[in-house]
Amino acid sequence: MTTVQTGIQPISTGRRVKDRIVQMLVYLAFAIAVVPLLSVLWLVVKNGIGRFDLEFLTHSMRNIGARDAGGGAYHAIIGTLEQVLLASLIAVPIGLLTAVYLVEYGPGGRLARWISFFVDVMTGVPSVVSGLFVLAFWVLALGMPFSGFAGAMALSILMMPVVVRSAEEMLRLVPNDLREAAYALGVPKWRTIVKVVLPTAFTGILTGVMLAVARVAGETAPLLLTVFFTDSINNDPFNGPQMGLPLYVFDQAGRPTDTAIDRAWTGALTLILIVMLLNLVARLIAWWRSPAKRGS
Amino acid sequence: MAKQIEVSGLDAYYGAHKAIEDITMTIEPRTVTAFIGPSGCGKSTFLRTLNRMHEVIPGARVEGKVRLEEQDLYGPDVDPVSVRRTIGMVFQRPNPFPTMSIYDNVAAGLRLNGRFSRSELDGIVESSLKGANLWNEVKDRLHKPGSGLSGGQQQRLCIARAIAVRPQVLLMDEPCSALDPISTLAIEDLISSLKTDYTIVIVTHNMQQAARVSDKTAFFNLAGQGQPGKLIEMDDTSRIFTNPGMKATEDYITGRFG
Ligand SMILES: Nc1ncnc2c1ncn2[C@@H]1O[C@H](COP(=O)(O)OP(=O)(O)O)[C@@H](O)[C@H]1O
Ligand SMILES: [Mg+2]
Repeated sequence: MTTVQTGIQPISTGRRVKDRIVQMLVYLAFAIAVVPLLSVLWLVVKNGIGRFDLEFLTHSMRNIGARDAGGGAYHAIIGTLEQVLLASLIAVPIGLLTAVYLVEYGPGGRLARWISFFVDVMTGVPSVVSGLFVLAFWVLALGMPFSGFAGAMALSILMMPVVVRSAEEMLRLVPNDLREAAYALGVPKWRTIVKVVLPTAFTGILTGVMLAVARVAGETAPLLLTVFFTDSINNDPFNGPQMGLPLYVFDQAGRPTDTAIDRAWTGALTLILIVMLLNLVARLIAWWRSPAKRGS
Repeated sequence: MAKQIEVSGLDAYYGAHKAIEDITMTIEPRTVTAFIGPSGCGKSTFLRTLNRMHEVIPGARVEGKVRLEEQDLYGPDVDPVSVRRTIGMVFQRPNPFPTMSIYDNVAAGLRLNGRFSRSELDGIVESSLKGANLWNEVKDRLHKPGSGLSGGQQQRLCIARAIAVRPQVLLMDEPCSALDPISTLAIEDLISSLKTDYTIVIVTHNMQQAARVSDKTAFFNLAGQGQPGKLIEMDDTSRIFTNPGMKATEDYITGRFG
């Protein structure tokens, strides 16, 4: 036995100093990440709060002249909500089923590898391109009108890979023990997936879907090419041009008057609030579904 | 309820790797059969071939015959799902469904397989939990999550879940290896009381446990790294532990290897 120092000693000054330095660096990195976020939020709230009134939330821009004050984003809010809802209705089922295939049925298979590859490719598709695709395919080739639904299709192309990837990750986190436990009870595979695997991964999948929603809710370019543009209220997403909040912000911000610029800020604020609200709802659902809540 | 299992010439593979070779044995009804042997000799693999859980692993396959009272479990038109309903399994690590309450965990196998009225379910849940010696501890919190129980209670919950579907055979893969001595004792008692109704097969690393709970003991061994595991001998537990037929069995039991 060689001599080994075994006595219990206080933490050396060197380690204390290193600990402090690293701690400072971590805080610094955090601050650097948070400063732009907060400053954007602050700017939007400061400039947007002035017009954030009932008129803004309940009126469209119909008959509002170029120099007039007043007007609102009701048509754009309706448009955004409908477009995002439709996009989710398309993208979430397809994305979720794709993820289920990749995790539960595909592993090792050629098809799964190809799907995985194309999902990666889709992740990299710039948002304009998805808008261009719908424009070329739906509007120009099939002769369909510009509509909220066309915009929803463009958005769903952007949502799908996000949903697939996040759901896939969550499904992989479900311990194999649970699947085997269900099989051993004589539960068929598809029921195991529906009743055991998906509920276990539910919260994570929901978070992923919300991320995808937040990602597409602010997209402007694909909407520009597909829902076109309008100053009036159009409640029917399947027929005729609609508005969306990102488009509204883009439009108003490009106008030369102060009243329009103010409307643009308020539109941005509204969009942020909508996304935050959706997230809050998702959190509530997740909390309500969690075993901890039903527990002790 | 309990049925006999007859295995003949059984090989099991993971891809190209043969994990167990040429196993032939008869498992008697209403007895506890213990599988012992060094790590990696294929006890778990063999156990999982008995209810067709082996083939759940990608690339895994089985050759040979397993008969449950004359019915070939690997016959061409046998539904593996129904085999697993008939032959239940308890795993090494307790694995209650985390999204379900205690009640729902026990009812899971029934609910996921068919329709039962509330009162039928209530009755089965109660009798299964009583059967697993857990009823008194959980009867006031049936609708709390199963993950809130201690390890030993979770394992008994898994046993209740397994017996709720009324299997004829219960397979247990080292059910106590993750538990403290008191929970282990509770489960051993439970095994002894269950054997009046079920055919029980238990894999264990613990010689005393095998000696305490089992009627028959099967000793598995493997010739070397990468070789398939084989059944060395199977006999009454009292005989295996006092006067085994093979030298390897004696060496293993007395702790000379493994
Ligand atoms: N999922 C698996 N995939 C590939 N090989 C496995 C798998 N599980 C077990 N094996 C192999 O099969 C052999 C027997 O393992 P196992 O049945 O777990 O032994 P035991 O339960 O007796 O310790 C070992 O060589 C092990 O490496
Ligand atoms: Mg094992």
